[in-house]
Amino acid sequence: MMSTNRIISYAQAINEALKEEMALDDRVILLGEDIGSYGGVFKVTKGLFDEFGKERVIDTPISETGFIGAGVGAAMTGLKPVIEIMWIDFSLVAMDQIINQAAKMAYMSGGQTSVPMVIRTQGGGGRGNGAQHSQSLETLFAHIPGLKVVAPSTPYDAKGLLKSSIREGSPVIFIEHKMLYSQKGEVPEEEYTIPLGKADIKRSGKDVTIVTLSRMVQFSLEAAKELEKEGIDAEVIDLRTLVPLDIETVKESVKKTNRVVVVHEATRSYGWGAEIAARIQEEAFDDLDAPVQRVGAEDVPVPYNLNLEKEMLPQTKDIIQGVKKSLYLQMETV
Amino acid sequence: MQELLQTYHLNENNFNWDKNWFIQAWRIMNTIRVFEEKSIQIYKKGLMGGSLHSSIGQEAVAAGVCMNLKKDDYISITYRGRGQALAKGADPFQLFSEILGKKTGYCKGKGGPMHITSQELGILVANGIVGAGIPIAVGAGLSIKTLKKNQVSVAFFGDGATNQGAFHEALNLAAIYKLPVVFVCENNLYSEMTPIKNAVLNEHLAERGLAYRIPSIIVNGNDVRAVYEVAKQAVERARSGEGPTFIEAKTYRLLGHMIGDAETYRTKEEVEEWRQKEPIRYFRDVCLKQNVLNEKELDEIQQQVIQEIDIAYERAMKSEEPEMEEIFNDVY
Ligand SMILES: Cc1ncc(C[n+]2csc(CCOP(=O)(O)OP(=O)(O)O)c2C)c(N)n1
Ligand SMILES: [Mg+2]
Repeated sequence: MMSTNRIISYAQAINEALKEEMALDDRVILLGEDIGSYGGVFKVTKGLFDEFGKERVIDTPISETGFIGAGVGAAMTGLKPVIEIMWIDFSLVAMDQIINQAAKMAYMSGGQTSVPMVIRTQGGGGRGNGAQHSQSLETLFAHIPGLKVVAPSTPYDAKGLLKSSIREGSPVIFIEHKMLYSQKGEVPEEEYTIPLGKADIKRSGKDVTIVTLSRMVQFSLEAAKELEKEGIDAEVIDLRTLVPLDIETVKESVKKTNRVVVVHEATRSYGWGAEIAARIQEEAFDDLDAPVQRVGAEDVPVPYNLNLEKEMLPQTKDIIQGVKKSLYLQMETV
Repeated sequence: MQELLQTYHLNENNFNWDKNWFIQAWRIMNTIRVFEEKSIQIYKKGLMGGSLHSSIGQEAVAAGVCMNLKKDDYISITYRGRGQALAKGADPFQLFSEILGKKTGYCKGKGGPMHITSQELGILVANGIVGAGIPIAVGAGLSIKTLKKNQVSVAFFGDGATNQGAFHEALNLAAIYKLPVVFVCENNLYSEMTPIKNAVLNEHLAERGLAYRIPSIIVNGNDVRAVYEVAKQAVERARSGEGPTFIEAKTYRLLGHMIGDAETYRTKEEVEEWRQKEPIRYFRDVCLKQNVLNEKELDEIQQQVIQEIDIAYERAMKSEEPEMEEIFNDVY
């Protein structure tokens, strides 16, 4: 990271990325619900309407299929739409346009067509928003060839990755986390980008590798801090993007630690943790001293009750348990 | 085709001024209002999670429609739906319990304020996905028709929801299968922060019902009598096998989209103007002017309602939280 003292929020960092890319390239347009003069429900597009006007910051009706589809068409014909889907749960309304259309255009046309489009959205639980407003759906998209999937954990990463995403020539699902918008972090004044497909070691350690992304990076760092008190030195790898996947960084780490815990907020079964575990056993089996552990949400919809929700979603204590399991340590009953 | 689109004008001379009807309407609307006000207090005290979307100002639509429904009729509602649930007979205690996430809530505290469901009361689902409940109500209509029941299915939704594909597909299905469905569009002029006039070129959303050749009617959604009359005809049509009706109830949401909304997208003057026309104040004036209920009677009922809601709230507050095992129940 470049040296800087400037501290801004995750939401502001995303806002800056949009602003800079719009200033650089007038083919970049924004589409979404209440993103115009209101500045977005999470205030991510604040000020952009005034700066770039209604031709480039376009308020849409509640018609996700319509405006994602229109985004696909616009992307195929010269524009670079960045679409805000207010909550990731609403992207499900438009899955045909995302999966059958956007993701397949390039391939189906034998490379003639491309869809340089970003769908920005936010997911995750923790606010008592209930089953239809709290999901972590990144695996759904990562499973579809033709879509790139990004899920940043810090303001710095969010800005650099969004700028790269907008410059990609293919559809990118850019998943923010609702609980991170107000989180602050260092972001330099100078321009920078972060390439997709490069994991970031958020904490280096030698005893165990925690592979994670988005909000769970924070939780994993907290877990690592706790574990340090017990003499366990955990490495925390923030994948930052699921597609492309930087498995090399993970494998490098496993060579050193010989133990892996994968942590995601999404439900455990069929989650991307399984993919990471499979890749490690296929490609780095000899480096493992213990089975790969997975920490994820319980396999149920997100309950409304805040205590139930907390219990259902992975917490720091669950990550600590996962780590201890991979180290074959006696677990305290919590 | 134009004859299918009507604007309803209440004829005061023909209205049936039955006192009990007035007591009931006054009671339901006040129950909704007081419940919603109490919910806002709960939310502001930080006793609940998520967001809270109030229906204050829209009580006449819920009351006027549901007063035509029987217990076994179906309704499909939204995140803004506690009012409609109350009008359909929901127990304020179980509703408070649900928004507080308690075990005694309609959905055991797992649904929350956006997802009130009561199988017993025919409340099929309250949706957090705009437009999604409309085809579901149509599906209930299909059951009713196929199983030859004498029920009706009502879909409640907002103006903004009429821009969703699901809305259009659902209307067409109900039309071609002639299903016993009543579509109730509460046009409160805004979908979240967007004025509906920026999102739809039609002045009247009832035209959208017409596009599918569904008889469509515009009504003053702040006059519970008018809503009642219009819904009565629609429900009768549905029960007698004549198919769906589309009702556009023109109303106004007096508070923000959700509690905490800064409401930068509209003026205080506009809100004030609508406050003058709000359904409870309006109905009170009607009752007094027509001498159906006097000040004392109106106030007494209101006081009763306040007491009932307070008791329900206190009970809900004292109720138990769901057990942790509840996380794993009801998944399939
Ligand atoms: C599919 C989907 N898109 C967007 C949203 C976010 N959202 C919640 S309420 C709302 C406005 C709905 O407006 P309207 O249908 O008029 O109902 P009202 O809120 O006015 O009752 C929006 C856009 C959502 N919940 N679901
Ligand atoms: Mg509305």
